[in-house]
Amino acid sequence: MFDTITATTSGARDHARAQAAAAAADVAMPIVPASAFQTPPDGIDAERLTWAETVPGGRYTVKALARGTRLRLTDVDGTACAHVLLWRTDAPWERLNVADTVKVPWQAYLGAGHPLLSDQGRVLATIVADTSGMHDALCGTTTLASNTERYGAGEVHSLSPAGRELLLLAAAKHGLGPSDVAPSVSLFHGVRVDPDDGTLVSVGSAGAGRSVDLVLHLPCIVAIADTAHPLDPAPRYTTGPLEVLAWRADADLQELIDDDTTDPEYRRAVANSEDAFTASTLA
Amino acid sequence: MSITVTPRAPWSGVVPAGHTITITDLDGNQAVDTLFYGANDHTIRYSAQTTIAAQGSIFLGTGSVIRDQESRPMMTIVSDEVGRHDTIGGACSQESNTLRYGHHTKHQHACVENFLIEGSRHGLGKRDLVGNVNFYMYVPVDADGTLGIVDGLSAPGRTIVLRAEIDTLVLISNCPQINNPCNGFDPSAVSLALSETAELIA
Repeated sequence: MFDTITATTSGARDHARAQAAAAAADVAMPIVPASAFQTPPDGIDAERLTWAETVPGGRYTVKALARGTRLRLTDVDGTACAHVLLWRTDAPWERLNVADTVKVPWQAYLGAGHPLLSDQGRVLATIVADTSGMHDALCGTTTLASNTERYGAGEVHSLSPAGRELLLLAAAKHGLGPSDVAPSVSLFHGVRVDPDDGTLVSVGSAGAGRSVDLVLHLPCIVAIADTAHPLDPAPRYTTGPLEVLAWRADADLQELIDDDTTDPEYRRAVANSEDAFTASTLA
Repeated sequence: MSITVTPRAPWSGVVPAGHTITITDLDGNQAVDTLFYGANDHTIRYSAQTTIAAQGSIFLGTGSVIRDQESRPMMTIVSDEVGRHDTIGGACSQESNTLRYGHHTKHQHACVENFLIEGSRHGLGKRDLVGNVNFYMYVPVDADGTLGIVDGLSAPGRTIVLRAEIDTLVLISNCPQINNPCNGFDPSAVSLALSETAELIA
Protein backbone atom coordinates (compact mmCIF):
# COMPACT_ATOMS: atom_id res chain seq x y z
CA MET A 1 0.00 0.00 0.00
CA PHE A 2 2.98 2.39 0.41
CA ASP A 3 3.65 2.70 -3.27
CA THR A 4 3.24 6.45 -3.98
CA ILE A 5 5.48 9.32 -2.90
CA THR A 6 2.68 10.77 -0.77
CA ALA A 7 2.09 7.53 1.14
CA THR A 8 4.36 8.71 3.98
CA THR A 9 4.44 11.95 5.95
CA SER A 10 7.92 12.81 4.71
CA GLY A 11 6.94 12.03 1.13
CA ALA A 12 3.75 14.07 1.41
CA ARG A 13 5.75 16.98 2.88
CA ASP A 14 8.30 16.88 0.06
CA HIS A 15 5.47 16.74 -2.47
CA ALA A 16 3.69 19.70 -0.87
CA ARG A 17 6.86 21.78 -0.70
CA ALA A 18 7.65 21.17 -4.36
CA GLN A 19 4.40 22.77 -5.49
CA ALA A 20 5.26 26.45 -4.97
CA ALA A 21 8.32 26.19 -7.19
CA ALA A 22 6.37 24.33 -9.84
CA ALA A 23 3.53 26.91 -10.07
CA ALA A 24 2.92 28.46 -13.47
CA ALA A 25 4.29 31.98 -13.74
CA ASP A 26 1.06 33.52 -15.02
CA VAL A 27 -1.35 32.20 -12.40
CA ALA A 28 -3.49 34.82 -10.68
CA MET A 29 -2.26 35.07 -7.10
CA PRO A 30 -1.03 37.39 -4.37
CA ILE A 31 2.60 38.49 -4.41
CA VAL A 32 3.95 38.29 -0.85
CA PRO A 33 5.63 40.46 0.14
CA ALA A 34 3.98 43.01 -2.15
CA SER A 35 7.35 44.71 -2.59
CA ALA A 36 8.39 41.71 -4.71
CA PHE A 37 5.86 42.76 -7.37
CA GLN A 38 7.85 43.19 -10.58
CA THR A 39 6.01 46.05 -12.28
CA PRO A 40 5.00 48.72 -9.75
CA PRO A 41 3.13 51.79 -11.04
CA ASP A 42 5.23 54.57 -12.56
CA GLY A 43 6.85 56.66 -9.86
CA ILE A 44 6.01 54.20 -7.08
CA ASP A 45 8.93 52.42 -5.45
CA ALA A 46 8.07 48.74 -5.05
CA GLU A 47 9.09 49.03 -1.40
CA ARG A 48 5.99 51.15 -0.79
CA LEU A 49 3.58 48.46 -2.04
CA THR A 50 1.39 46.88 0.62
CA TRP A 51 -0.84 44.76 -1.60
CA ALA A 52 -0.16 43.18 -4.97
CA GLU A 53 -2.56 40.50 -6.12
CA THR A 54 -4.31 39.35 -9.22
CA VAL A 55 -7.79 38.02 -8.57
CA PRO A 56 -9.12 35.55 -11.15
CA GLY A 57 -12.61 36.09 -12.53
CA GLY A 58 -15.13 34.51 -10.19
CA ARG A 59 -13.02 34.95 -7.07
CA TYR A 60 -12.65 37.47 -4.25
CA THR A 61 -10.08 39.05 -1.99
CA VAL A 62 -10.16 41.05 1.22
CA LYS A 63 -7.59 43.03 3.20
CA ALA A 64 -7.46 45.54 6.05
CA LEU A 65 -5.77 48.69 4.76
CA ALA A 66 -4.33 51.65 6.63
CA ARG A 67 -5.55 55.21 6.41
CA GLY A 68 -3.52 56.93 3.70
CA THR A 69 -3.43 53.85 1.47
CA ARG A 70 -3.87 54.33 -2.26
CA LEU A 71 -5.65 51.34 -3.81
CA ARG A 72 -5.54 50.76 -7.55
CA LEU A 73 -7.89 48.26 -9.21
CA THR A 74 -7.20 47.38 -12.83
CA ASP A 75 -9.48 45.55 -15.24
CA VAL A 76 -6.75 43.49 -16.90
CA ASP A 77 -8.64 42.09 -19.91
CA GLY A 78 -11.64 44.42 -19.99
CA THR A 79 -13.94 41.73 -18.58
CA ALA A 80 -13.50 42.23 -14.84
CA CYS A 81 -16.18 43.66 -12.56
CA ALA A 82 -15.10 44.61 -9.05
CA HIS A 83 -17.90 44.58 -6.49
CA VAL A 84 -16.54 46.52 -3.53
CA LEU A 85 -17.50 46.77 0.15
CA LEU A 86 -15.75 48.77 2.85
CA TRP A 87 -16.00 48.43 6.61
CA ARG A 88 -14.11 50.65 9.04
CA THR A 89 -11.48 48.35 10.54
CA ASP A 90 -11.60 49.81 14.04
CA ALA A 91 -15.41 50.01 14.01
CA PRO A 92 -16.77 47.57 11.43
CA TRP A 93 -20.36 48.48 12.23
CA GLU A 94 -19.56 51.63 10.25
CA ARG A 95 -19.54 50.73 6.58
CA LEU A 96 -20.06 51.89 3.04
CA ASN A 97 -23.50 53.43 2.58
CA VAL A 98 -24.33 53.36 -1.10
CA ALA A 99 -27.45 55.54 -0.80
CA ASP A 100 -25.52 58.34 0.88
CA THR A 101 -22.67 57.80 -1.59
CA VAL A 102 -24.94 58.86 -4.47
CA LYS A 103 -27.33 61.17 -2.63
CA VAL A 104 -24.91 63.40 -0.73
CA PRO A 105 -22.72 64.35 -3.75
CA TRP A 106 -25.87 64.75 -5.93
CA GLN A 107 -24.37 62.26 -8.40
CA ALA A 108 -25.40 58.70 -9.31
CA TYR A 109 -22.36 57.88 -11.44
CA LEU A 110 -19.03 57.15 -9.80
CA GLY A 111 -15.90 58.83 -11.10
CA ALA A 112 -12.82 60.78 -10.04
CA GLY A 113 -13.57 62.98 -7.04
CA HIS A 114 -16.49 60.84 -5.85
CA PRO A 115 -16.45 59.97 -2.14
CA LEU A 116 -17.38 56.53 -0.84
CA LEU A 117 -19.34 57.56 2.23
CA SER A 118 -20.08 55.64 5.41
CA ASP A 119 -23.39 55.56 7.25
CA GLN A 120 -21.89 57.94 9.80
CA GLY A 121 -21.42 60.96 7.59
CA ARG A 122 -17.76 60.27 6.91
CA VAL A 123 -15.77 59.58 3.78
CA LEU A 124 -14.10 56.17 3.95
CA ALA A 125 -12.34 56.55 0.59
CA THR A 126 -12.24 58.96 -2.32
CA ILE A 127 -11.97 57.94 -5.95
CA VAL A 128 -8.94 59.98 -7.00
CA ALA A 129 -8.35 58.60 -10.50
CA ASP A 130 -10.50 56.75 -13.01
CA THR A 131 -9.59 55.81 -16.57
CA SER A 132 -12.76 53.72 -17.00
CA GLY A 133 -15.82 55.80 -16.20
CA MET A 134 -17.94 52.65 -16.44
CA HIS A 135 -19.25 51.94 -12.95
CA ASP A 136 -22.48 51.31 -11.11
CA ALA A 137 -23.83 52.09 -7.65
CA LEU A 138 -27.45 51.10 -8.30
CA CYS A 139 -27.67 47.36 -9.02
CA GLY A 140 -25.31 45.85 -6.46
CA THR A 141 -23.91 42.41 -7.02
CA THR A 142 -25.34 39.08 -8.11
CA THR A 143 -27.03 36.50 -5.90
CA LEU A 144 -27.10 32.73 -5.78
CA ALA A 145 -30.66 32.84 -7.10
CA SER A 146 -29.97 35.32 -9.89
CA ASN A 147 -26.85 33.53 -11.13
CA THR A 148 -28.59 30.16 -10.95
CA GLU A 149 -31.38 31.56 -13.09
CA ARG A 150 -28.95 33.28 -15.43
CA TYR A 151 -26.05 30.82 -15.78
CA GLY A 152 -27.37 27.64 -14.18
CA ALA A 153 -25.23 28.00 -11.04
CA GLY A 154 -24.13 30.63 -8.55
CA GLU A 155 -22.27 28.71 -5.85
CA VAL A 156 -18.74 29.75 -4.95
CA HIS A 157 -17.38 26.45 -6.30
CA SER A 158 -19.32 26.75 -9.56
CA LEU A 159 -18.11 28.28 -12.82
CA SER A 160 -20.34 31.35 -12.31
CA PRO A 161 -20.00 32.39 -8.65
CA ALA A 162 -22.47 34.99 -7.39
CA GLY A 163 -21.03 38.17 -5.95
CA ARG A 164 -22.95 37.96 -2.69
CA GLU A 165 -21.66 34.43 -2.07
CA LEU A 166 -18.11 35.71 -2.53
CA LEU A 167 -18.61 38.79 -0.36
CA LEU A 168 -20.10 36.61 2.40
CA LEU A 169 -16.78 34.74 2.50
CA ALA A 170 -14.75 37.93 2.47
CA ALA A 171 -16.81 39.29 5.37
CA ALA A 172 -16.62 36.03 7.32
CA LYS A 173 -12.82 36.10 7.25
CA HIS A 174 -12.90 39.34 9.22
CA GLY A 175 -15.46 38.08 11.71
CA LEU A 176 -18.36 39.69 9.90
CA GLY A 177 -21.65 38.05 8.99
CA PRO A 178 -24.36 38.23 6.33
CA SER A 179 -25.89 41.32 7.95
CA ASP A 180 -22.63 43.13 7.29
CA VAL A 181 -22.76 42.37 3.57
CA ALA A 182 -24.67 45.50 2.72
CA PRO A 183 -25.23 47.20 -0.66
CA SER A 184 -22.02 47.42 -2.71
CA VAL A 185 -20.62 49.42 -5.60
CA SER A 186 -19.47 47.89 -8.88
CA LEU A 187 -16.46 49.04 -10.89
CA PHE A 188 -15.70 48.43 -14.59
CA HIS A 189 -19.25 47.69 -15.69
CA GLY A 190 -21.33 50.77 -16.35
CA VAL A 191 -25.07 51.25 -16.02
CA ARG A 192 -26.97 54.35 -17.05
CA VAL A 193 -30.43 55.57 -16.09
CA ASP A 194 -32.84 56.76 -18.76
CA PRO A 195 -33.61 60.27 -17.50
CA ASP A 196 -37.14 60.08 -18.90
CA ASP A 197 -38.44 56.91 -17.28
CA GLY A 198 -35.80 55.61 -14.88
CA THR A 199 -35.09 52.41 -16.77
CA LEU A 200 -31.56 51.05 -16.72
CA VAL A 201 -29.22 50.33 -19.60
CA SER A 202 -25.99 48.35 -19.30
CA VAL A 203 -23.18 50.25 -21.01
CA GLY A 204 -20.58 47.62 -20.18
CA SER A 205 -16.83 47.90 -19.95
CA ALA A 206 -14.43 50.63 -21.05
CA GLY A 207 -11.92 48.00 -22.18
CA ALA A 208 -8.71 46.34 -21.08
CA GLY A 209 -6.23 48.01 -18.77
CA ARG A 210 -8.56 50.60 -17.28
CA SER A 211 -8.07 51.39 -13.62
CA VAL A 212 -9.62 53.13 -10.63
CA ASP A 213 -7.62 54.58 -7.72
CA LEU A 214 -9.04 55.04 -4.22
CA VAL A 215 -7.40 56.84 -1.30
CA LEU A 216 -8.49 55.73 2.18
CA HIS A 217 -9.37 58.38 4.76
CA LEU A 218 -9.89 55.88 7.57
CA PRO A 219 -8.57 52.38 8.12
CA CYS A 220 -10.86 50.01 6.25
CA ILE A 221 -11.40 46.37 5.54
CA VAL A 222 -11.78 46.30 1.76
CA ALA A 223 -13.61 43.36 0.22
CA ILE A 224 -13.61 42.85 -3.53
CA ALA A 225 -15.54 40.24 -5.52
CA ASP A 226 -14.59 39.96 -9.19
CA THR A 227 -17.70 38.62 -10.86
CA ALA A 228 -20.14 39.52 -13.62
CA HIS A 229 -22.44 42.49 -13.12
CA PRO A 230 -26.16 41.68 -12.60
CA LEU A 231 -26.99 43.38 -15.92
CA ASP A 232 -24.06 41.91 -17.86
CA PRO A 233 -25.59 41.11 -21.25
CA ALA A 234 -23.00 38.47 -22.17
CA PRO A 235 -24.82 35.16 -22.67
CA ARG A 236 -22.08 33.24 -20.88
CA TYR A 237 -20.08 33.90 -17.73
CA THR A 238 -16.80 35.37 -18.95
CA THR A 239 -15.44 37.47 -16.07
CA GLY A 240 -11.69 38.05 -16.33
CA PRO A 241 -8.91 38.92 -13.88
CA LEU A 242 -8.65 41.99 -11.68
CA GLU A 243 -5.29 43.40 -10.58
CA VAL A 244 -5.15 44.85 -7.08
CA LEU A 245 -2.28 47.11 -6.01
CA ALA A 246 -1.98 49.27 -2.90
CA TRP A 247 0.69 51.51 -1.51
CA ARG A 248 1.26 54.02 1.25
CA ALA A 249 0.24 57.44 -0.02
CA ASP A 250 -0.08 59.79 2.93
CA ALA A 251 0.68 62.78 0.69
CA ASP A 252 -2.28 61.90 -1.54
CA LEU A 253 -4.58 61.86 1.49
CA GLN A 254 -3.17 65.14 2.73
CA GLU A 255 -3.85 66.66 -0.67
CA LEU A 256 -7.53 65.72 -0.37
CA ILE A 257 -7.69 67.10 3.17
CA ASP A 258 -6.09 70.39 2.12
CA ASP A 259 -8.08 70.93 -1.09
CA ASP A 260 -10.59 73.67 -0.32
CA THR A 261 -12.00 73.84 -3.85
CA THR A 262 -14.22 70.74 -3.57
CA ASP A 263 -17.97 70.64 -2.96
CA PRO A 264 -19.25 71.65 0.47
CA GLU A 265 -20.78 68.23 1.13
CA TYR A 266 -17.42 66.59 0.39
CA ARG A 267 -15.54 69.12 2.54
CA ARG A 268 -17.77 68.30 5.50
CA ALA A 269 -17.35 64.54 4.92
CA VAL A 270 -13.57 64.96 4.92
CA ALA A 271 -13.79 67.11 8.06
CA ASN A 272 -15.97 64.49 9.79
CA SER A 273 -13.45 61.74 8.95
CA GLU A 274 -10.58 63.83 10.28
CA ASP A 275 -12.61 64.63 13.38
CA ALA A 276 -13.20 60.92 14.07
CA PHE A 277 -9.59 59.99 13.38
CA THR A 278 -8.20 62.76 15.56
CA ALA A 279 -10.55 62.01 18.44
CA SER A 280 -9.83 58.30 18.40
CA THR A 281 -6.05 58.62 18.13
CA LEU A 282 -5.36 61.80 20.11
CA ALA A 283 -3.16 62.72 17.17
CA MET B 1 -57.78 47.93 10.76
CA SER B 2 -56.46 51.38 10.01
CA ILE B 3 -54.11 53.57 12.00
CA THR B 4 -52.53 56.97 11.60
CA VAL B 5 -48.78 57.42 11.81
CA THR B 6 -48.18 60.87 13.18
CA PRO B 7 -45.64 63.23 11.61
CA ARG B 8 -41.99 62.26 12.32
CA ALA B 9 -42.99 58.97 14.00
CA PRO B 10 -41.89 55.37 13.40
CA TRP B 11 -44.19 52.39 13.03
CA SER B 12 -43.78 48.67 12.58
CA GLY B 13 -46.07 45.76 11.99
CA VAL B 14 -46.34 42.37 10.37
CA VAL B 15 -48.22 41.81 7.13
CA PRO B 16 -48.89 38.07 6.73
CA ALA B 17 -48.32 36.46 3.35
CA GLY B 18 -51.24 37.09 1.06
CA HIS B 19 -52.42 40.15 2.97
CA THR B 20 -52.02 43.77 2.00
CA ILE B 21 -50.98 47.04 3.53
CA THR B 22 -52.32 50.28 2.12
CA ILE B 23 -50.38 53.48 2.74
CA THR B 24 -52.30 56.71 2.25
CA ASP B 25 -50.49 60.02 1.83
CA LEU B 26 -53.07 62.04 3.74
CA ASP B 27 -51.77 65.55 3.05
CA GLY B 28 -49.61 64.87 -0.02
CA ASN B 29 -45.83 64.80 -0.51
CA GLN B 30 -44.99 62.91 2.68
CA ALA B 31 -41.97 60.65 2.30
CA VAL B 32 -42.56 57.27 3.95
CA ASP B 33 -39.19 55.60 4.51
CA THR B 34 -39.79 51.86 4.62
CA LEU B 35 -37.78 48.70 5.26
CA PHE B 36 -38.94 45.10 4.99
CA TYR B 37 -37.75 42.02 6.92
CA GLY B 38 -38.86 38.43 7.03
CA ALA B 39 -41.21 38.37 10.00
CA ASN B 40 -39.97 34.93 11.06
CA ASP B 41 -36.36 35.36 9.93
CA HIS B 42 -34.89 38.82 10.19
CA THR B 43 -31.86 37.81 8.12
CA ILE B 44 -34.26 38.21 5.21
CA ARG B 45 -34.30 41.92 4.45
CA TYR B 46 -35.11 44.34 1.69
CA SER B 47 -32.50 45.00 -0.97
CA ALA B 48 -32.88 48.11 -3.08
CA GLN B 49 -30.12 46.81 -5.34
CA THR B 50 -31.61 43.39 -6.15
CA THR B 51 -35.00 45.05 -6.58
CA ILE B 52 -33.59 47.61 -9.02
CA ALA B 53 -31.51 45.06 -10.91
CA ALA B 54 -34.40 42.60 -11.29
CA GLN B 55 -36.87 45.15 -12.65
CA GLY B 56 -34.32 47.18 -14.63
CA SER B 57 -35.59 50.48 -13.30
CA ILE B 58 -34.82 52.77 -10.38
CA PHE B 59 -38.47 53.65 -9.74
CA LEU B 60 -41.08 51.61 -7.88
CA GLY B 61 -44.69 51.51 -9.00
CA THR B 62 -47.52 49.14 -9.82
CA GLY B 63 -46.09 45.69 -10.52
CA SER B 64 -42.76 46.30 -8.79
CA VAL B 65 -41.59 43.33 -6.75
CA ILE B 66 -39.87 44.18 -3.47
CA ARG B 67 -36.94 41.73 -3.21
CA ASP B 68 -34.65 40.57 -0.43
CA GLN B 69 -30.85 40.38 -0.37
CA GLU B 70 -31.01 37.06 -2.21
CA SER B 71 -33.34 38.59 -4.84
CA ARG B 72 -36.35 36.61 -3.58
CA PRO B 73 -39.78 38.31 -3.63
CA MET B 74 -41.03 39.80 -0.35
CA MET B 75 -43.87 42.05 -1.47
CA THR B 76 -45.58 43.19 -4.65
CA ILE B 77 -46.97 46.66 -5.32
CA VAL B 78 -50.45 45.78 -6.53
CA SER B 79 -51.86 49.30 -6.79
CA ASP B 80 -50.28 52.74 -6.92
CA GLU B 81 -51.78 56.16 -7.59
CA VAL B 82 -48.49 58.08 -7.79
CA GLY B 83 -45.60 56.17 -9.46
CA ARG B 84 -41.87 56.80 -9.37
CA HIS B 85 -41.39 55.96 -5.71
CA ASP B 86 -37.72 56.20 -4.76
CA THR B 87 -35.37 53.48 -3.58
CA ILE B 88 -31.92 54.91 -4.32
CA GLY B 89 -31.91 57.86 -1.92
CA GLY B 90 -31.96 55.91 1.35
CA ALA B 91 -32.88 57.39 4.70
CA CYS B 92 -31.93 60.70 6.19
CA SER B 93 -29.69 60.46 9.23
CA GLN B 94 -28.33 62.95 11.70
CA GLU B 95 -24.89 62.19 10.34
CA SER B 96 -25.67 62.58 6.65
CA ASN B 97 -27.64 65.74 7.44
CA THR B 98 -24.36 67.28 8.64
CA LEU B 99 -22.96 66.71 5.16
CA ARG B 100 -26.03 67.79 3.21
CA TYR B 101 -27.13 70.83 5.19
CA GLY B 102 -24.47 71.63 7.77
CA HIS B 103 -23.53 70.65 11.29
CA HIS B 104 -26.32 72.75 12.76
CA THR B 105 -28.76 70.00 11.65
CA LYS B 106 -27.04 67.29 13.75
CA HIS B 107 -29.75 67.30 16.40
CA GLN B 108 -32.75 67.32 14.13
CA HIS B 109 -34.73 64.09 14.26
CA ALA B 110 -34.00 61.78 11.31
CA CYS B 111 -35.27 58.56 9.77
CA VAL B 112 -32.34 56.41 10.88
CA GLU B 113 -33.19 57.33 14.48
CA ASN B 114 -36.71 56.04 13.85
CA PHE B 115 -35.44 52.85 12.23
CA LEU B 116 -33.03 52.17 15.10
CA ILE B 117 -35.49 52.74 17.92
CA GLU B 118 -38.39 50.94 16.26
CA GLY B 119 -36.12 48.17 14.95
CA SER B 120 -34.76 47.61 18.45
CA ARG B 121 -38.22 46.39 19.48
CA HIS B 122 -37.70 43.50 17.08
CA GLY B 123 -34.07 42.80 17.89
CA LEU B 124 -32.88 44.66 14.83
CA GLY B 125 -29.74 46.76 15.16
CA LYS B 126 -27.61 49.07 13.12
CA ARG B 127 -26.07 46.25 11.09
CA ASP B 128 -29.54 45.29 9.94
CA LEU B 129 -30.29 48.66 8.34
CA VAL B 130 -29.92 48.81 4.58
CA GLY B 131 -31.01 51.15 1.81
CA ASN B 132 -34.77 51.61 2.07
CA VAL B 133 -37.80 52.50 -0.01
CA ASN B 134 -39.05 56.08 0.10
CA PHE B 135 -42.72 55.93 -0.83
CA TYR B 136 -44.02 59.21 -2.27
CA MET B 137 -40.48 60.63 -2.62
CA TYR B 138 -39.20 61.54 -6.09
CA VAL B 139 -35.49 61.31 -6.97
CA PRO B 140 -34.89 61.75 -10.70
CA VAL B 141 -31.50 61.05 -12.30
CA ASP B 142 -30.45 63.46 -15.05
CA ALA B 143 -28.54 62.42 -18.17
CA ASP B 144 -25.20 63.37 -16.57
CA GLY B 145 -25.97 61.39 -13.42
CA THR B 146 -27.00 64.36 -11.32
CA LEU B 147 -29.68 63.22 -8.91
CA GLY B 148 -31.60 64.84 -6.13
CA ILE B 149 -34.74 64.86 -4.05
CA VAL B 150 -37.17 67.17 -5.81
CA ASP B 151 -40.79 68.14 -5.30
CA GLY B 152 -42.99 65.09 -4.87
CA LEU B 153 -45.51 63.76 -7.40
CA SER B 154 -48.09 62.79 -4.81
CA ALA B 155 -51.20 64.60 -3.68
CA PRO B 156 -53.53 64.42 -0.67
CA GLY B 157 -55.25 61.06 -0.38
CA ARG B 158 -53.11 59.16 -2.88
CA THR B 159 -52.52 55.50 -1.98
CA ILE B 160 -50.17 52.63 -2.62
CA VAL B 161 -51.07 49.01 -1.86
CA LEU B 162 -48.52 46.26 -1.22
CA ARG B 163 -49.26 42.55 -1.00
CA ALA B 164 -46.98 40.42 1.15
CA GLU B 165 -45.48 37.39 -0.61
CA ILE B 166 -43.99 36.17 2.69
CA ASP B 167 -44.84 37.10 6.28
CA THR B 168 -43.21 40.52 6.28
CA LEU B 169 -42.19 42.84 9.08
CA VAL B 170 -42.68 46.37 7.79
CA LEU B 171 -40.57 49.08 9.44
CA ILE B 172 -41.59 52.65 8.69
CA SER B 173 -40.17 56.06 9.45
CA ASN B 174 -42.66 58.78 8.63
CA CYS B 175 -39.87 61.06 7.49
CA PRO B 176 -39.13 64.07 9.72
CA GLN B 177 -36.81 65.80 7.22
CA ILE B 178 -37.37 69.57 6.97
CA ASN B 179 -34.39 70.58 4.83
CA ASN B 180 -35.51 69.26 1.44
CA PRO B 181 -38.78 68.99 -0.48
CA CYS B 182 -39.39 65.28 0.33
CA ASN B 183 -42.12 66.29 2.77
CA GLY B 184 -42.98 69.63 1.23
CA PHE B 185 -40.90 71.07 4.13
CA ASP B 186 -43.75 70.14 6.46
CA PRO B 187 -43.83 66.54 7.76
CA SER B 188 -47.39 65.23 7.85
CA ALA B 189 -49.34 62.14 8.88
CA VAL B 190 -49.99 59.05 6.80
CA SER B 191 -52.54 56.33 7.39
CA LEU B 192 -51.97 52.60 7.16
CA ALA B 193 -54.66 50.04 6.52
CA LEU B 194 -53.89 46.38 6.99
CA SER B 195 -56.11 43.77 5.44
CA GLU B 196 -58.06 41.46 7.72
CA THR B 197 -55.94 39.68 10.29
CA ALA B 198 -52.69 41.54 9.82
CA GLU B 199 -51.01 41.92 13.17
CA LEU B 200 -50.22 45.34 14.57
CA ILE B 201 -47.11 45.26 16.75
CA ALA B 202 -46.34 48.92 17.31
